[in-house]
Amino acid sequence: MDINWPLKIYEVLKKNNIRQIAYVPDAGHKSLIEFCQNNKNMNMVSLTTEEEGMGLLAGAWLGGEKGVLLMQSSGVGNCINALASITRACNFPLLMIVTMRGEWNEFNPWQVPMGKATEKVLSALDINVVRCEKAEEVQDTVYAMMGLAYKSNCATAVLLSQRLIGSKAFKE
Amino acid sequence: MQNYFLNRRYVVTQLLKNRNNSLIINGLGGTCWDVASLGDNELNFYVWGGMGNSCMIGLGLALSQPKRKVIVITGDGEMLMGIGSLATIAVKHPKNLSIVVFDNELYGETGNQKTHTGYCADLSGIAIGAGIKNSSIIKTNDQLLSLSLNINLINELTFSQIKINNEEGPLVLPIREGAYIKTRFRKAVLGEAILLE
Repeated sequence: MDINWPLKIYEVLKKNNIRQIAYVPDAGHKSLIEFCQNNKNMNMVSLTTEEEGMGLLAGAWLGGEKGVLLMQSSGVGNCINALASITRACNFPLLMIVTMRGEWNEFNPWQVPMGKATEKVLSALDINVVRCEKAEEVQDTVYAMMGLAYKSNCATAVLLSQRLIGSKAFKE
Repeated sequence: MQNYFLNRRYVVTQLLKNRNNSLIINGLGGTCWDVASLGDNELNFYVWGGMGNSCMIGLGLALSQPKRKVIVITGDGEMLMGIGSLATIAVKHPKNLSIVVFDNELYGETGNQKTHTGYCADLSGIAIGAGIKNSSIIKTNDQLLSLSLNINLINELTFSQIKINNEEGPLVLPIREGAYIKTRFRKAVLGEAILLE
């Protein structure tokens, strides 16, 4: 039977009192966003651009709350300076869950360059990155990276591969 | 060229003279020195980088501390770089957040180049358009004194664009070490035990 990995992520977030859910919608995050929206203890913050997430979650931490940023790989490109100049400059904890585009059977060539650069960009900023290729890895990986973020003041990213989430279907 | 009456150091003094235990986030550059000119305070989070994100730090803080007043004091250039954040903030509409923009129509830290507000951009109009209905533009001392009387009491999301002249005060630089500013602020807001979590 298939593992419902978005539900597994939701359960990890819920169990660990993740309160501010910052997101720029992505098809790969659709179910997770819906699970979170139905939880009254989770404050959903829809961003106009992903870099707003660095400020939001820094502010959340200053006030004693934990959060997560949900986005797709192109959004990582939008975040670079905020990741460096806020998150890293102040050692803020950060958990990002990134759905990948531009790799597994990608239909849109405009998605490929940023998809290929995503992991390198995060590594260049000294951010802890782990990729998930299989559904059974997701729950433990999110839990572990959340721990690294909130117990050890690290910036972390979980990359959910396009093979895992399924390539986006365009009508043919 | 603009010819406004209000001086930025006078404005910041009026705004924060009754701050009580409000939490203050500043923007980069001029507004950082303005807040610092009133003396150091553990409840100031001095932002030195990440231009465009000051209002978002204010939003995250306001949502996590709904019983505390949060005031963001930033400049026109910094606000313009994060202009979309006004739409994000309007959707959440935290009642304990006030955004104040010191608008001198200049990028002051980089050689006084004109910003968009010096041409045609209407920041308070943009804030209203984003959904922050309680938005105003302040040009006179009476308007400023009215804002400073109310800013700590008002239980509503507000946006105030204060037109200031380009007189600068003495340069007062606050502490710069980000991790220290962060940890000191958390300790002051959340108590010393937070450091052991």
